[in-house]
Amino acid sequence: MGYFLQQLVNGLTLGAIYALIAIGYTMVYGIVGMINFAHGEIFMIGAFISLISFVVLGVLGVTWIPLALLLVLLIAMALTAVYGWAVERIAYRPLRGSFRLAPLISAIGMSIFLQNYVLLVQGAHEKTLPPVINGGFELMQQGGFAVSISWLQLIIVGVTLFLMVVFTAVIQLTPLGRAQRATEQDMTMAALLGIDVNRTISLTFVIGAALAAVAGTMVTLQYGVIDFFIGFLAGIKAFTAAVLGGIGSLPGAVLGGFLIGMIESFWSGYFPSEYKDVAVYAVLILVLMFRPTGLLGRAEIEKV
Amino acid sequence: MGAASRLKDAGLAALVGAALAFPLIGFHTSDTSVGFTTRFPWVAIAAAAVFVGRLLLGLVPPRFRLHQFGRRTTAIPHGKLVKLAAGALIVFAVLLPVLPIGSRESIDLATLALIYVILGWGLNVVVGLAGLLDLGYVAFYAVGAYSFALAVQWFGLSFWEMLPLSGMTAAMAGILLGIPVLRLRGDYLAIVTLGFGEMVRIVLNNWTAVTGGPNGIGDIPRPSVFGMPIAAGTPAGVTTFNHFFGIDYDPIQRLIWLYYVALAVALAINWFSLRVRRLPVGRAWEALREDEIACRALGLNPTMIKLSAFATGAMTGGFAGVLFAARAGFISPESFNFQESATVLSIVVLGGMGSQLGVALAAVILATLPEFGREFAQYRMLLFGAAMVAIMIWRPRGIFTVRAPSVRLDET
Amino acid sequence: MKREPLLAVERLSMRFGGVLAVDDVSFTAYQREITAIIGPNGAGKTTVFNCLTGFYRPSAGHLVLAQDDKEFRLERLKGHRIAREAGVARTFQNVRLFAGMTVLENLIIAQHVALTRASFYNIGGLLGLKSHRDAERAAIERAREWLDLIDLTARADEVAGNLPYGDQRRLEIVRAMCTGPRLLCVDEPAAGLNPHESADLARFLVSIRDRYGIGILLIEHDMSVVMGISDHVVVLNYGRKVADGAASDVRRDPAVIAAYLGEEENA
Repeated sequence: MGYFLQQLVNGLTLGAIYALIAIGYTMVYGIVGMINFAHGEIFMIGAFISLISFVVLGVLGVTWIPLALLLVLLIAMALTAVYGWAVERIAYRPLRGSFRLAPLISAIGMSIFLQNYVLLVQGAHEKTLPPVINGGFELMQQGGFAVSISWLQLIIVGVTLFLMVVFTAVIQLTPLGRAQRATEQDMTMAALLGIDVNRTISLTFVIGAALAAVAGTMVTLQYGVIDFFIGFLAGIKAFTAAVLGGIGSLPGAVLGGFLIGMIESFWSGYFPSEYKDVAVYAVLILVLMFRPTGLLGRAEIEKV
Repeated sequence: MGAASRLKDAGLAALVGAALAFPLIGFHTSDTSVGFTTRFPWVAIAAAAVFVGRLLLGLVPPRFRLHQFGRRTTAIPHGKLVKLAAGALIVFAVLLPVLPIGSRESIDLATLALIYVILGWGLNVVVGLAGLLDLGYVAFYAVGAYSFALAVQWFGLSFWEMLPLSGMTAAMAGILLGIPVLRLRGDYLAIVTLGFGEMVRIVLNNWTAVTGGPNGIGDIPRPSVFGMPIAAGTPAGVTTFNHFFGIDYDPIQRLIWLYYVALAVALAINWFSLRVRRLPVGRAWEALREDEIACRALGLNPTMIKLSAFATGAMTGGFAGVLFAARAGFISPESFNFQESATVLSIVVLGGMGSQLGVALAAVILATLPEFGREFAQYRMLLFGAAMVAIMIWRPRGIFTVRAPSVRLDET
Repeated sequence: MKREPLLAVERLSMRFGGVLAVDDVSFTAYQREITAIIGPNGAGKTTVFNCLTGFYRPSAGHLVLAQDDKEFRLERLKGHRIAREAGVARTFQNVRLFAGMTVLENLIIAQHVALTRASFYNIGGLLGLKSHRDAERAAIERAREWLDLIDLTARADEVAGNLPYGDQRRLEIVRAMCTGPRLLCVDEPAAGLNPHESADLARFLVSIRDRYGIGILLIEHDMSVVMGISDHVVVLNYGRKVADGAASDVRRDPAVIAAYLGEEENA
């Protein structure tokens, strides 16, 4: 029982990270109808920027942890957002009127480019970061097994939930959010009504990238080791989460994220962990085959 | 755009470039993150490059800029040129071993290039003709290679026996992997096939009992010359090629023979691909790519069309896998990762989706590129990625392609 | 001459979530007749088409296509089989040609089913068998006849997407005819055409009806076309059938006038 609870805690933490990345996928899909294949790489870049920021700040003498964490988050979010913005401008906007496969292939090309760009400028070896946020507390003792939660895990889940609330509020209540929803529903009409569609779309990418940067920072803190390839795997899993929750739905992305995190955590807890990725892929395939709209998504009627 | 606004535009772009370069190029941390070095001059260079690049781009006349999506190319005045180029290529390929540049390395490299050409033609059916973005193509490549290797290991079968059988096995895998994705549209299809490719790799890597895990499978034989292996000496009960023709054994003979076998397979596949495009099924693939809904309204069965495209593409990938295994004599899951799928995809994209010659040229170039300098190998994938983006923006139908219709009225 | 029923729409209903787009609609379309379905925007006309041609599965009702002792339940047939087996062909509101392929190819693809059979599922084609070559030649001839009819023979090898709009529309109709249908469903063929082109198109549809004796189902907003060529008119409003009869009768029906004028008042 204790072991089970521990897997649950770990799964929620992992799930929070996936949820942050999944939000980016689902928002972009909702507004431009395409999968941003490069989003996983954006997350990876966020992780790298956060690691570098930690190191630089450490050397510069910023040692008070809450300040360092805040600074790193802001820096990572800002700089990663620029990457997100640039990717959209370079690889997707020019292709908005093109044939179906074009933005998709461009996205894949971008993904390959970004991966290898980081590989070249930061090296092929994995980078480690000594633990920054330490300690936690023991929740309970169950059957001789100590279930513990670290402060970091609490922070991760807390930050995720906080951001989710903030962004849901933004989407529902602010003019920006309204513009976003309008563009999602009908781009042409929104443009005719005076909404700056380009800016709205850019902002969507920027927000998605910023959230991915938060996820990247959390991963750097939690696992302490990153390499240029983490975006690939995390990207697919986060996308699976978005699909599971219902593509286009923000709460769906978060729900899906937590579910995938838990599936992965429980699988590696009880089954051969080499196959845990296979489990997630299987979830993706099964969802798309049998319930493509996901748990919280709306059914799409084929317009003829 | 006036000069002043051009400069301002380029300046802003350079600023963005600097922001992008600053964290990842500007800093380099040691692997254990105890310290860092700065490379700010490179950031300045990157910003300057963006500045200049943006200025230059602005000077390109509109004619050469963004591809005009509405326009479609019509049938060929290029027909004769294509045939000439293809003919020249084939003659060169046949003569390669006897030409001055026909060394061990170049023949081996040429064999690899042929394998990529075959892979490109196979994926071309799925992506270029049928318009189904398969990101897990490497799975069929792996099925071909592993089914061959395992058949040798378990049943003692030979290359010639397994070439068709592995192709069939791969085709069946194509159908199996095609069934779940039948109702998925573009993006989803891409990512699910990506998942399949990864699943195959993970299974190959971990199912050690059967596949040998990360250690792979070795002792894979080369093709014999119609039953006569190329070998030195006189092994019991087997007539070797050398013994039969009285030629002394030289290791390069195996290389040359494999090369010609690969060339023959490639030419056969080429004949088949060109032929099948003019058949109802080939036209149906292209119609599916153009408009699936219209296909349904005309009585075409999208399920059959998609499955036939997957099966055909997979079978071709299987053939390539067999050749790959025979060339290396040893296979491991490392060779069958997403990077391979991405490479083959870029071959199809760069060569022109649907274009036979274009894909072949792209394959040859991409396969031989790493040999022209070690530094190139490092930048290879980076360039692929950038090229894919550039091609989509500039020339979505590929660098070389002009589409030839499958039937013309003036032929009758 | 006795009217032969071709398509019987019996109590067709189509529901999307909370919206009842088509509500208990029944009518009959006859052989050798042009039946027009008209009504204000949103009346459910294209929904009926989509049910007939297998793009939606009806929530309730029957769609019975009957000819020469053969009967087809369209509500039960899967999408492509409706065109393939029942012989119901259609065109689309936004022309759906294979725009990257040539005019001729569009027409050859329409004959895919027959060609596949003649080439033994492509094996014959691969081997170059005579039956395949003959079938291809016949298909090209058939395409040529149709192209002659619409004056596009000279542009047969041009890319379909480059044709002017009016030609594209006619090509789409001809492509549907190449499948050898029993029933041709045409969705707003005159949309975007000037009066001269509309009149040409109207004549074209009449000539098809006369030459090939099939039934034609037509959705159209252009009343001159509708009144000019329809043998039979069905009027829908808010998903329900409001009138059903000869063009001249329907035109005078007060319910029909109210449906259209009522809409105009709100506009």
